[in-house]
Amino acid sequence: MTQLLVSAEHIYLRRSGRDLLADASLSVAANEVVTLIGPNGAGKSTLIRVILGLIKPDRGKVRRSERLRIGYMPQRIAIDPSLPLTVERFLSLLGKDKGRLQHCLELTGTARLRQQAVQSLSGGELQRVLLARALYRDPQLLVLDEPVQGVDVSGQAALYRLIQQIKGETGCGVLMVSHDLHLVMASTDRVVCLNQHVCCEGSPESVSSNPAYLQLFGEQTPDVAIYTHQHDHSHDHGDSTDCQR
Amino acid sequence: MIIPEFLLNAVLAGLGVAAVAGPLGSFVVWRRMAYLGDTLAHSALLGVALGLALAVSINMAVVVVCAGLAIFFVMLQNNQTLATDTLLGILAHSSLALGLVAVSLLSDNTVDLYSYLFGDLLAVSTRDVLTIFAVSATVLVLLGIFWRRLLAMTVHEELAQVEGVNVALVRTMLMLIMALVIAIAMKAVGVLLITALMIIPAAASRRLARSPEQMAAFAALLASIAVIGGLAVSFYWDTPAGPSVVLCASALFLLSLAKPQH
Repeated sequence: MTQLLVSAEHIYLRRSGRDLLADASLSVAANEVVTLIGPNGAGKSTLIRVILGLIKPDRGKVRRSERLRIGYMPQRIAIDPSLPLTVERFLSLLGKDKGRLQHCLELTGTARLRQQAVQSLSGGELQRVLLARALYRDPQLLVLDEPVQGVDVSGQAALYRLIQQIKGETGCGVLMVSHDLHLVMASTDRVVCLNQHVCCEGSPESVSSNPAYLQLFGEQTPDVAIYTHQHDHSHDHGDSTDCQR
Repeated sequence: MIIPEFLLNAVLAGLGVAAVAGPLGSFVVWRRMAYLGDTLAHSALLGVALGLALAVSINMAVVVVCAGLAIFFVMLQNNQTLATDTLLGILAHSSLALGLVAVSLLSDNTVDLYSYLFGDLLAVSTRDVLTIFAVSATVLVLLGIFWRRLLAMTVHEELAQVEGVNVALVRTMLMLIMALVIAIAMKAVGVLLITALMIIPAAASRRLARSPEQMAAFAALLASIAVIGGLAVSFYWDTPAGPSVVLCASALFLLSLAKPQH
């Protein structure tokens, strides 16, 4: 039995007369990549923020394993150009571990950017630097909100590969948000399809053929995955469907 | 040459204010809080009126009113149907108007309104200087303690919170620091020009700095130069001290534009 890092149970959240989350549940274990997908306005980022403890849900419980170290990669970051901030400094804002810094920069391939101003980075560079920042505290759980945003397609595949590699090396759990199932298919262990509540979840292959998923996303051209990888572990979680609401 | 005591006091008071206006001003610039700073500064006159009416320390009254207004602003912002700058505009000018009316009602007091609006650096007493030094030292200590957390919050509030920063506490501390600086800066440049003394030196030091700390230090340095330059201008040409200090800062800002950006 793998160690459960975080679980959100029956989360309800209502803002300005609209249900953002209605009975949404999600859990992430160590050494597992969980991808949250769903259409715009499905509450993906909201659920992430509830799990991070940034928003208090109206109802429902969030449980975290004790002293859980979370590395968070926010969806967007807007640093005012008036703040002189190098990549190196951005990473070590709340810590001063030179070895760790170097390790995170090298792992994410951003070592050559270390003296550059954060505001001068391209979209792809910024995402990698944000990932490096999330890794800096040696997290047990990585939470990535649309990690490939603003990255070109080949860069996206590389970034997902990197996330997979990090999971393999550190054994951390990964929770990420994506809007495209096919792109993440190869690098995720479990997919949770959200539309205020959890419509369906399971292995990427099972979700992509699930009627609830197809209903939400329409019939798309199947399988435009950039690459597939060999699973070197088994998926022992049962695939479940729950969209009869 | 023997420096007359009033001028020595003015220089010391000005430098005490500049030392904190620079670093705090940097945060105001980074966090785009210039209009909030302006609003709080405008409300300081209401603090003056309250302090006089209740016969309590004017500095304390200013701090309390500024902090109160900051809290009120956050409450208004939480159920927002108006843009932030509209809200701030309403608060800034309402509180300034209220301050002006309140001061005029205290007509038995011979209140020198002009000195509160534009500062009265050349009239500070030795006691004022000591107060300014005490507040300035307190602010520097607070900034030092909260520096990393303030920076982390400035870069990304939610990221900072996930990484263990108590954002609500740090934000409150920033407001408190701002209220303290406004209370002492009022003596130097007056209610209407406080924000200028905070943001202009900080903006001028942007091109000189390679790190946040450098920018804060340069801002304090430039603000100090502006204080000394402004006082010199005021002394020799008999111009009002506060506006002269601000103009010196503006001149430094223009000079900084000449430096090419790397």
